[in-house]
Formats: sequence, structure tokens, C-alpha cells
Amino acid sequence: MKRILFAAASGGLFGAGLLVSGMTDTRKVQGWLDVFGNWDPTLAFVMGGAILPMMVAWHMTTKRAFSLLGTPFPARPDPKLGHNLVLGSFLFGAGWGLAGLCPGPAIASLSWGGFGGITFLLAMIGGMLMTPYLRARIDLIAALQHRRA
Amino acid sequence: METDWIWGLVGGLMIGTSAAIYLLGNGKVMGASGIIGGLVDRSGLDTWAERAAFLAALVVVPALMLPLYNVPVTTNITSNAAIIIAAGLLVGIGTRLANGCTSGHGVCGISRLSLRGIVATVFYLLAGGIVMALFRHIWGLI
Repeated sequence: MKRILFAAASGGLFGAGLLVSGMTDTRKVQGWLDVFGNWDPTLAFVMGGAILPMMVAWHMTTKRAFSLLGTPFPARPDPKLGHNLVLGSFLFGAGWGLAGLCPGPAIASLSWGGFGGITFLLAMIGGMLMTPYLRARIDLIAALQHRRA
Repeated sequence: METDWIWGLVGGLMIGTSAAIYLLGNGKVMGASGIIGGLVDRSGLDTWAERAAFLAALVVVPALMLPLYNVPVTTNITSNAAIIIAAGLLVGIGTRLANGCTSGHGVCGISRLSLRGIVATVFYLLAGGIVMALFRHIWGLI
């Protein structure tokens, strides 16, 4: 039960922060990416503001073995970068620029995003459903090229 | 507007604090694409309840805040359905392939000085910038 309460507190504050910061407005996100146009620096302040508390939080994880609810902290991921990290991030960035929405704001704006917002969310879920099959194909191609090289 | 950066900073601090609650409380990285993606592809069903609670609060809390605004709140999303669907598919596939989005790789990764998070952020910013240059300034579609 405590895990659910903490998760709800986190999700609620995340949604409030996304709305307050303006990140649920696609024009602000596209404005940040539009370096050749009317550039909007807001996103840098959002990212900077978000990173500060998390730097403190990560530092606190080094001082104790378990989280407040008793589970271990996430291990450092394998530092190997890999093709999926690069290709996936590039595809994500392309979609992010096209619509001005990333997953957090897309969910947070569900209640007022209208038909376009719901369409985006359904397409995103569709893409997530396709990914295990795509990843298997991409890994196969990468393995074949690796063998050839 | 001139005050946008202040609200950006305040909202950013709230986002970072929410990620800190998830990390220090639940012991997990707060990534929006991972939390919903684990439910969509069933890889995270063992923790479905906390994922669902996170997502429900993520929708409900900003909805309850709307009356605080004396101007109508809008996402200003394009009305072009083809662009919306293409963008949604790209965001869904891309974030799951890369195992993270702006919150997981960006906020949580950069603050940990994770090389994966930093590299992911460089590539999604680069792609977003290229898309804006092509689709807005060259083709005039967005």
C-alpha cells in the first residue's frame, strides 16, 4: 500500500510540475527545438530545475543500502551504449519534434488534450506494442552485420 | 512571456522532486515511458499497481489544477492527424528501444552523470532539432 501511495504522490507532483512548467504546451517544446526560428529557452530551465533535486537524491542513495520502502536502489546500468540506445533516442527525438509531446506530458494532458492528444497517446501505445518485434529484427540485423565485419 | 522561465524553473524543481520521491521511496528510476511501457508490453506487470497509481495521479492532479488558470489551458497540438500518428508511433518505438525518454534518460540519467542518459539526450535533442528545421523551415508542415 505504501508503494502505491508514494507512486501516486510522485506521479501527481510530476503532472503538476509538467503543467506549471509549460511542458504540456507543444509550442513551448517545439520552440525549444526550433533553433533556427523563434527559439524558446524555457525547457532548459525545466531540465535544470529537475536535475538539481535528483542530484541530491542520487547522492543520498550512496549513503544507505535501501529505499524508504525497503527495496534496493536501481543498479547502474551497463555502460555499453549499443545501437538500440542511439537509434531509439533518435526516433524518439524525431517524434518529439513532430508533435511537441514526450510520454510524460502526453499522459498528463490527457484530460484537456482533446482528440489530438488521445490519438497521439494511442499511437504511442501502438508503437510500444510493436517494439519487442522490431527490437528482435534490429538485433538480428546488427548481429549479421557484426559477423560480416 | 517574460515570466515563462520562472515557471519553467519552478515546474522543473517539482518534476525533479517527484523523481526523487520515486527513487528514495520506491527505489526506482522515474521514467514516464518505462512506467507506461511496462504495462503496455506486459514486462512490468509484477509492479502493475504502483505503475497504475503513478499514471492515474499523473492524469488526475493536473486536471484538478486547471481551474487555477484564468486562461484556457491547451496543448496547441497540430490538427494534422497523419503527423500526430507518425509522431506517436516514433515516440512509442523510440523510447522503448532506447529504454527511456526525457524523464528517465534526461532528468534521472543526467543527474546521475550516466553516460547512457547523456548520449540518449544528445541524440533525441539532435533529432528534434533536425525535424524542426526540416518540417518547419524547409517543408513548412509543422
